[in-house]
Amino acid sequence: MACFLVPAAEALVTTLAEKGIEKKENDAEKEQNGAEQSEFAATAKKPFVQKLKWLRNLLWGGSALLMFEHVWHGEVVPFFPFLTAASNPEDAAEMIHEMSTVGVAMAVLVTLVWAGMVVVSSRIEKRADAEKVSAK
Amino acid sequence: MTLLTSAAAAVICTIIWYKNAPKNEMKVGILCWMYWGATLMWLVDAIFEYVELGAEYFTPAPADMLNDLFLGLSVVVLGLIIWLVILLIKDPKGVIKEALKKKKDV
Repeated sequence: MACFLVPAAEALVTTLAEKGIEKKENDAEKEQNGAEQSEFAATAKKPFVQKLKWLRNLLWGGSALLMFEHVWHGEVVPFFPFLTAASNPEDAAEMIHEMSTVGVAMAVLVTLVWAGMVVVSSRIEKRADAEKVSAK
Repeated sequence: MTLLTSAAAAVICTIIWYKNAPKNEMKVGILCWMYWGATLMWLVDAIFEYVELGAEYFTPAPADMLNDLFLGLSVVVLGLIIWLVILLIKDPKGVIKEALKKKKDV
């Protein structure tokens, strides 16, 4: 009915968080400019904001394609109130129930998969750094 | 069927991305994220449907299956269109920029 709205909302939050972190990192980089490069910059480590982009892309991409599915089924329409289920209280209750079950589960699964990817990539990066150090 | 179609698209795109990595001139990664995101979300949808319907979930009516396949293919095409628009806007190879520059010079 409107389950895609939950991951879409998470995508929006992720995008805003990413912009905030990116700005902070840029400011920190400017401060560091001219000074000695940090140990962090010398490693092959991807900054966290780069990994946050993975989550953003998964959530926006998935939500966009799911929204199309809802348009296909006539659950999303191009005129007010945009969600057909929102036009009467009974359907609206069902829609909110679906959002709180299926929608939340979708957002949680995507986030868990992303967290798994972050853990695995961090391990790979650590191993690569360790190999670099031992080669020196 | 929609889940199956998007999962197949996600796997194919990931293989293409891996084959060309670390070069990412065609921005195939965008397609991978999009299709994997949709696949994960439809997987959740499928699990909820399975809980509700049980084994019946695996024996859909032919008409429903055809409609779902049609939807799945449409989703894949929509994903390709979104990717193409992003590719042309970002223009990583500078083809459009170059063409516009040439036009201006002439």
